[in-house]
Order: sequence, then structure tokens, then C-alpha cells
Amino acid sequence: MNGIPIEAGLIVAGILFMLGMISVLIRRNIIFMLISVEVMLNAAGMAFIVAGSKWMQADGQVMFIFILTMAAAEVSVGLALILQIYHQLKTLDSDAANKMNG
Amino acid sequence: MILLILIIILMAGGILAGISSRWSTSLPRWISLIAVVVNFVLSINTWLDWNFRTNITDNTWILDYSMPWIQPFGISFHVALDGLSLLMLILTFFLGIFAVLISWKEIQYRVGFFHFNLLWVLAGIAGVFLTMDLFLFYFFWEVMLIPMYFLIGIWGHENRQYAAYKFFIFTQASGLLMLLSILGLYFIHGSQTGTYTFDYFKLLGTVVAPGIGLWLMLGFLAAFAVKLPVFPFHSWLPDAHSEAPTAGSLILAGLLLKTGAYGMIRFVLPLFPSAAAEIAPWAMLLGVVGILYGAVQAFSQTDFKRLVAYTSVSHMGFVILGVFAFNELAMQGVVMQMITHGISTGALFVLAGSLYERIHTRDIQQMGGFWKKIPFMGVIAMVFAMASLGLPGMGNFVAEFLTLVGSWQANPTLTILATIGLVGATAYSLRIMQKVFLGPEAKLHHELHDLSIREKLILVPMSITIIVLGVFPQFVLNTSKAPVKSVIQDNVSQPVSEVQSIEMKGGTHE
Amino acid sequence: MELIWLIPTLPFLGAFILIVLNSRLSKGVSAAIGSGTIGVSAIITLLAGYDFLSSGLESFRHVAWEWMDVDTLSIAFAFHLDALSLVFLFVITFVGFLIHVYSVGYMHDDAGFTRFFAYLNLFVSSMLILVLADNLVLMYLGWEGVGLCSYLLIGFWYEEEKNGYAARKAFIITRVGDTAMAIGLFMLFMSFDTLNIQEILTKAPQAWTVGSQTAVVAAFLLLGGAVGKSAQLPLQTWLPDAMAGPSPVSALIHAATMVTAGVYLIARMHVIYELAPLAQTWVGIIGAATLTIAGFSAMTQWDLKRVLAYSTISQIGYMFLALGIGAWSAGIFHFMIHAFFKALLFLGAGAVIHALHNEQDMFKMGGLKDKMPVIYWTFLIGAASLAALPLITGGFYSKDQILWLTWASDKGNIWFFLAALGGAFITSIYTFRMIFVTFFGHEKTHIGHMPGASMTIPLVVLATLSTFGGFIELPHTFGHVTIFSNLLGPVLPNVVLREGVESSEPVIQIIAAVMALSGVYIAYYFYQKRSDLLPGFKSAIRDTYNFWFGGWGFDTLYNNLFVRPFVYIATINKNDVVDKFYTGLVRVSEFFNRVFVRTQSGVLRWYIMGVVIGAILILTLSLFVNP
Repeated sequence: MNGIPIEAGLIVAGILFMLGMISVLIRRNIIFMLISVEVMLNAAGMAFIVAGSKWMQADGQVMFIFILTMAAAEVSVGLALILQIYHQLKTLDSDAANKMNG
Repeated sequence: MILLILIIILMAGGILAGISSRWSTSLPRWISLIAVVVNFVLSINTWLDWNFRTNITDNTWILDYSMPWIQPFGISFHVALDGLSLLMLILTFFLGIFAVLISWKEIQYRVGFFHFNLLWVLAGIAGVFLTMDLFLFYFFWEVMLIPMYFLIGIWGHENRQYAAYKFFIFTQASGLLMLLSILGLYFIHGSQTGTYTFDYFKLLGTVVAPGIGLWLMLGFLAAFAVKLPVFPFHSWLPDAHSEAPTAGSLILAGLLLKTGAYGMIRFVLPLFPSAAAEIAPWAMLLGVVGILYGAVQAFSQTDFKRLVAYTSVSHMGFVILGVFAFNELAMQGVVMQMITHGISTGALFVLAGSLYERIHTRDIQQMGGFWKKIPFMGVIAMVFAMASLGLPGMGNFVAEFLTLVGSWQANPTLTILATIGLVGATAYSLRIMQKVFLGPEAKLHHELHDLSIREKLILVPMSITIIVLGVFPQFVLNTSKAPVKSVIQDNVSQPVSEVQSIEMKGGTHE
Repeated sequence: MELIWLIPTLPFLGAFILIVLNSRLSKGVSAAIGSGTIGVSAIITLLAGYDFLSSGLESFRHVAWEWMDVDTLSIAFAFHLDALSLVFLFVITFVGFLIHVYSVGYMHDDAGFTRFFAYLNLFVSSMLILVLADNLVLMYLGWEGVGLCSYLLIGFWYEEEKNGYAARKAFIITRVGDTAMAIGLFMLFMSFDTLNIQEILTKAPQAWTVGSQTAVVAAFLLLGGAVGKSAQLPLQTWLPDAMAGPSPVSALIHAATMVTAGVYLIARMHVIYELAPLAQTWVGIIGAATLTIAGFSAMTQWDLKRVLAYSTISQIGYMFLALGIGAWSAGIFHFMIHAFFKALLFLGAGAVIHALHNEQDMFKMGGLKDKMPVIYWTFLIGAASLAALPLITGGFYSKDQILWLTWASDKGNIWFFLAALGGAFITSIYTFRMIFVTFFGHEKTHIGHMPGASMTIPLVVLATLSTFGGFIELPHTFGHVTIFSNLLGPVLPNVVLREGVESSEPVIQIIAAVMALSGVYIAYYFYQKRSDLLPGFKSAIRDTYNFWFGGWGFDTLYNNLFVRPFVYIATINKNDVVDKFYTGLVRVSEFFNRVFVRTQSGVLRWYIMGVVIGAILILTLSLFVNP
């Protein structure tokens, strides 16, 4: 457990987060954007676990379970929305759904 | 208890009227009429009752009712009645009856909802005139605002949306300032005494540092000045008045404006006497500017209702001039002005509305020479034109004369300017008569017939009242004497409550 | 005496009934109600007058009810009867009654017959309240009431745009004066804590010293009201236009009664003026200036009624002059005689105009002497009285008294005297110009219908009154009758004479008589004997002539000075400049709306980018700002 330095864990989490974020920004397919959000969430979760192991506290893992639950909920809502969007627009391109511009 | 019933009758009547429109369109009208007439009778009865009571000078408060509402925050349902409130209440129901009657034919669209709004506005106004709890006051202040917004926005003339928004934003923005001030006062009083309460009588004694006091007072004043309206805040009024349906204009001019004047007398002066004294010369100046500006503006208008709206600006200038003159004469003049202006301007709006019903225009350029065809209406219009120019023998003269005599003692220069406003009033009042009823006969596309019985039922009592008030004003002056005196002498006494008996405390406060 | 409250109440009731029942009444009933109520008032006035005289000129007060009672201000609906009010009551009810009777004939074919009597009754009632009022506020009620009726009656034929204009002009200009008067009331109340006239008159000498500033200002403010109502300089411009109303109205309101309200006010408040010598002198100056200016204008008018209108302004100028020199009872005496002969002249003119199909241009009349003998003779009597032909006319005695006193009073001076004398000369010129042009020469317009008895009888009565009315007050040199000044003695102070002027009285009387007669001769010379000279003379002084004809340019002046700027400001600001501020606020928020709405593009990735940049910013800030 103490073999891996905490920095390494955090850096991996950071990289994962950045990857997720960048792909959210550059992807236009809504499914991929959703996946990328999942990646970001898991990156945050990983940071929690790393931090939890550093302070020898269970809180980090508790938080991760929270995040998991939330992610599950989010995916279910998100997928439902995506289904609706696809139903309406016959495409998964997020830019096509800009009907709300003022 | 009767005070609570008055408000409940209106609110319940409103809901009932709203529901009953499912079955019939005349049902809401009758329900509203009955509700308002019952209230009118009840308030007149209260007045007579009080008049025949022997020891009328003992206490300024006639009735008082208090019931805890939201106790943790010190909010109670506290309503009380003194001579001033009573007069305003009678005026409210008096004009309320006519508001229902004038809408009898005019309103054909969503009748139920219209009467719901009408009664709720009246309930809000009655509440404002009665409540002695600042939180409740703010509540009623909003209650009269929102239905009015609908009245203008749904049943108004062509440009109703704009007018309704403007009315709403002006009143709401200034009302929020008042809410801030109410909260400020609440916390200052709470931190000083340890009891957090919105009760008017308890807040009366609050000692506020002069700097903060001024700001708090300006918050209150903002709401009342917009409502009144005082000179630079008047611009919502011509739009709202001219776009509102006749009943809306009647209530706006006759009653809503009076809540501003009432608020000044009831709250601004007793709560912040020193701050009010500080700004008095400026307030009086604004009043005079309003008188003259309103008169000039009224002279230039071609829309009948807009014209009358500007005359309101001019007449309400007298109110603020009198309120800030700080003497009994001027203040009694203000009370008279509130009542007589309510009736005379209300009647002018009724006339404008009835003309609009007949010829479908409010443009006085297209009118003229109507005396020949509708002489009865002409006589009535002449009565109210004369009232509005302050002819002695009409109630408005008593009001303006007392106000000016009083304000002369406070500030002669401004009084001279205000008196010059009477010349302006002559110019615009005669212009109304000339353009509408006299002069060569205008070509019309519509049949012009004289007042119907229903309209006579509205305008004849109003004419009689305005003349009676001009010749026998003493009964009104007697009623408002005690409250006015207590405001002037700066010792508003506490009423003895029906429910929880607070110990009598009549001492002065700073 | 207890019945004096009925005197104004009856005409008011008459007016009320006529207004309410209006079209439902037949003409006969309307006329009966209209004239009857005033007739009864006149009888009650006689009874009250008898009571008053037999009870030793004791003044009488009747409180009807408490009007306003606030703080220290206590005003009652109360009437006060003394000799001064009695004289006015007498003139108002009797002349009023005669004019009502006349109107029955004059207005007979008018569609607004009932309306006319309603207004006329309302007027009489207001005027009676004015002179009976025991406090200044009630007087103000009457004062404004007569103003209203004057407005209604000038604009009686409302379909003509110019009548409406004249009516509004009259109301607004008198209102300017009334405003000054109202301010005067505020000031008096501030000083004395009362507005009861008798109380003010007793308190004033104790509170104010002679010439004190407050007294002067208050006196000037009241004078403002008086000049407005009485059409004196500088507010005289409304009266000539007021002739747009029917002739009986001109006779009653714009000659006999309402326009003399200013005289009444000043006489009533004489104590104030004696405490303010400066203001009193100005009363005289205004009177002297007005009588001259109006006299010149009267000489140039062609409209019969306008001649009489300017002549009224001029004669009221005499009354003001009399008040200004402290000759109080002389002023009131002239008021009474003037009411008789001027009402007579207006009614006569009305009869002529009526007969000639509403022709008002007197140069289109002529030759009426033989066709309408009753009108001619009564008109001539009235004119003689106006021109103050010596010995046989009432006007001579009243005007001669003023002329002499402008010289003899301690407040008089040579300028006042010269103005009065010149005025008398001009008066007799324009009066007889009118006579010669209207009644002599050959007929130019055919006479439609002759006036009936209801029109001629009042003329005869008034002619009698304006001749014999003068004999109740005769000068020292000639009978020395002082019934009138004895009557007014308890109310108004006697005139104070300068030392050693008594001997000048006969001289001045002779000068006045010569002036009047030479005026008649000049009129005769130019308009009868050598009328060929006239066009040449007129064109020689054409500019001056036009200037006089237009009333000395006052109308133009006021139009440019007040009316135009007011209308201009009103028109350019029709859309309310204040509203621009609020629409400006709306514009600003709309601008921000347009700017920020761009960011709401609907592109999801832009939003995410925004979130990311925001998060980075906040993180960086939290690192640097609060480490």
C-alpha cells in the first residue's frame, strides 16, 4: 500500500480527468460525451480513494460509492435524454441540439 | 373582529365570483356587488356607531383586532381602525360599488376572473388601510398590486401589456425598497429591545440613528412616492390609467394613489419624525413641481384618460405638499384631498369610459359639441371639471384651501407657486369641457345616447357626494381630527386590543 | 331680518330646479321660476332693508352652519348684513329681477331658454353670497361662483368656437386675480388667525401700523383679485371679449354686478387699505389709468356692445379712483348709479341688436330714433347719465362727486383730477358718438321685430332709476342731500378733505359740466354735422386708431408673454420628458440583454468550456488570493 507514492496516484487521476474533460470538449457525439463525463467522475473518485488511503480514512471510499451511485443515476437520466434527442433529431450530434439559443 | 370580516368577505367573494362564472356571467357581477355593498354598509354602520358613541375623544382608535400569525418572527394579524382608516375604508367600498357597476357592460371577457381580481384589489386596499403590522402591510401591499396587474394586462386597451409591465415594475421595485426598510427597522428594533416584532405600535418607539433613519425612511417614502405619485416617479401613471379598463382606472386613481398618501401619514411621519422633518422642504418642493408639471402636461394631452391621469399628478402634489407641512390644517386638507380627489377623478374616468363605450375613441380632438346630444352627461362633466379646478362649493376646494392655508405657515414661497397651479387647473379643466362638450359638433360614426340608468346610478351619487363634501365637510374633518392630531403632535397612542390586552401607553417618543 | 338667508337661497333653489328638471319644463314655467325666485328675493331685500333702517343701521349676522372648523381656522356659512351689503343686495336683486323679466322676451326663441335662466339664477345666488358673506372664504365662494356663471354665460352659445374662447379667457384671467386674492387670504389668516371680515377689520389696526409691509402686501394681493374681477389694468382684457354672451348677461354680469365685485372687496376691506397707503394710492392709479385707456378704446369701436364694454371698464376705473382717494361712499354711489344706467344701456343695445337680426355693428344701424322711440328715449337717458350731463342725470351727481374729490380729498392730486376730467370728456364723446350713429341718420338695416312689453318695461324702470337715483345724494352747492352717505356712514369712513378746498366745489362742477357738454358737441360735430371730415381724420391717425381699437395691445402682449410659451412648453413636452429617463433605463437593460444573449448559443460544448474556464479561474484565484 505504501509502495506507490501519493503523487503518482494523483497524477494518474489528474491525467484521467484532463482526458475526460478534453474529450467532452472535442467530441460531438453525445454518447461519447457521456462516456467522457463518466471518465471524469471516475478520475475524481480515484483522487478521493488516493487521498483516503493517504490519511488512512474511510471517507474517501465512502465518497467514491457516492460518486458511483450518482454516476449510475446520471447515466440513466442521460441515456434517456439521449434517446429522446435521437428520437427527435435523428442524430447524436450535440451541436444539432442548439435550439435553445437566445 | 368586524375588520377581519370585511377583508374575508372581499376575498371569499372574489373566489366565489371566480368559480361562479362557470355557470353564468351575471352571477360574478351580482356576487361582487353584494360583497362590496355589504362591506359599504358595514363600514358606514361602524362610522355611525362611533359617531353616536359619547366619549369619542378618548381614544383615537375605534376598533382593534389582533391575532398571532407567524409567532417566531413576531408577525401578527393585527388590524386596527381609527378615523383616518375609517374614512379611507368607506371611500374604498363607495368607489368599489361603482367599479363593479361600471364594469357591468364593459367587461364581457373572462368575467369571473375579472371580478376575482377586482375584489382582491379591494381586499388588498382595505387591508393596507387597516393593518397595523408592517409585515402584514407589505403582504396587503402586494395583494393589491398583482390583481391590478392582471386587470390592466388582460382587460385594458390597445397598449395594455406595456402599461401593465410598467405599473408592475415601478410599484414592485419601490415596494421592495420598502420591504428592505421594514426589515431594517425590524432588526434595529430587535437588537435594541430583544423582542423581534413587526407590530406598528411597538416599532413606533424605535430609536434609530439619524443617518440610518434617513435611509430607512427613504425606503418607505420610495414606495409611497411612486404610488402617490410624486413628480419624477409619476411616469407609470399616465400609461396605467389610460390603458386600464374603466374600473381599473377608477380604482387606480380613486384608491391606489391614496394608499401612498395614507402610508406617508401612517408610517413615514410617526416612524421617522426627525428624518421626515429633515427632508420636508425637498418633499414640498417636489410636491409643487408635481402640481405645476402635472397641470402643464394635462393641458397638452389629447387622450382623455391620459389628460385626467396628469391631473392626478397635479392634485397629488397637494397631498405631499400638505403632508410635509406638518400642521393640522394642511394635514386635514390632505385627508379631504384624498377623499375628494378619489371621487372627482374617479368620476372623470367613469365619464371617459362611458364616452369610450359610445364612440370608441379617447381622443378629445375627435370630440366636440356633445352637450347638445348628451346634456345630462354634460352637466355631470361640468360638475367634475369644476371640482377639479377647485371651485368653492366642491369638496376639492375645501381640500386645497386647507392644504394651502396650512402649507403657507410652513413655507410661503412654495405655497405661492402651488396656488399658481390653480390657474393651470383652470386651463386644463376648461379645455376638457371645451373639447368634449362645447364647441362645434363633431362628426361621429356612432350613435351617441345620454347616460343610462346604471351610469346615472354611478355618477349622480358621486356628484352629490362631491358637493356635500364641499358644503358640509365638517363631518369628515371631525372623523379624521383625532388621528391627524396624533400624527402632528407626534404621539400615536396604542389601541386597547380585543384579544390580547396591551397596557395603555400614550407617551411620546422621539 | 332673520330671513336674509333666503335671499341667496331662493335663486339657488331656482337654479337647482331648472338644472335638474331642465327639458321637462315649459318656457313659461322656467321663466316663472327664474324671475319669480329673484323677485321674492328682491322683496325680502326690501323688507330686510326696512328692518335695517328702522333698527338704526345695526348690522346683523346670521350663521347658517359651521363650514370648516380645523385647528384655529373656523369658517361658518354665515351672512352679514350692513349698509354696504344692503346697497349691493338692492342693486343685485332689483336690477337682476328687471333683467330676468327682460330676458323672458329677449331669449324667447332660444333653444337654451331654461339653461339660460338656470345659469342666471345661479349667478344671482352666487353674487348675493359674495356680498352677504361674513368671512372671506365664503366671499371667495361667491366670487368663484360668479366667475363660473360668467364663464357659462359668455359661452352660452357654445357651438361658436370664439364664444368658448372668450369664456375661457374670462375665467382664466379672472382666476389669475383670484389666485392673488387666495394668497392674500392665506396671509391674512396667518396674521389674524381668522378670516372673519369684521374680526379682521377690528384686529388690523391693532396688529399693523400704517404702512407696515405685511399690510401693503396683503392689500396688493387683495387688489389683485379685485382688478381681475373688475377688469382693471392689467387684467382688463377679458371684458370686451366677454360681450360674446347674450345681451342680458352683459347687462347683469359684465356691467351692473359681477364686475363691480372688486369695488365691493376693496370697500369691504377698507381698513386694510387705510393701513397700506401705498396700495391705496395704487388703487387710484390703476383706476385713473384704466379709465383713460378704456375711454380711448371705446372711442374707436364699431361694435355697439364693445363700446359699452370699454365704457364699463372705464366707469369701474372711476370707482377704483374714488376708492383710491378714500372717497369710499362716492365710489359705492357711482357703482349704484352705474348699475342702473349701464344695465339700461346694455338692455337697450340688446333690444336694438335683437331687432336688427343680431347686427352688432353700429355703423350698419342708424335712423332708429323714430322707429323705436321707447328704446331711443330710454337709451338716451342712459347715455346722458353715462356722459354725466349736468343737473338732470343721476350720473352727473355720482361722477361729479368723484371728480371734485379727486381734487379735494387729502389723497387726491392734480393728476388724478386731470385723468378723471379727461375721462369725463372722452366718455361724453364716445357716448354720443354711439347715440348719433345708432339712432340718427338714415336707416341701414331693416327692423325685424319690435321688442315686446317684457323688454320695454324694464328699460323704462331703469331709466327712471338712473335719473332719479342720483337725487338721494346731492352736493353742498345744490340741495345738499346726503341720504346715501348717511346710510353708509357706519360702515365706511368719511372722506378727508384738504384744507380750504370747499370753495372750489362749484368751480369744478362747472368745469365738469362744460367738459360733458363739449364732448356731446364734438360728437355731434363729427358724426352729425360734418361727418365728411371723419375719414380724413381717421386715416391721419390710423396707427394710433388701430392701437386704441385693439385695446392698447394688451392682448398681443399677453399672448406672446404667457399664452404662447405655455402652449409651446405643453406641446413640445406632450410625451413627458421624465418618461425618457425610464425608457432610457429600459434601453440600457435591453442592450445588456442583447450582449449576454450571444453567450446562450445552445452549443453544449461552449457551455462546458465556460464551466471549465470558470473552474480554472476560481482555482487559480483561490491559490493566489487566499493561500
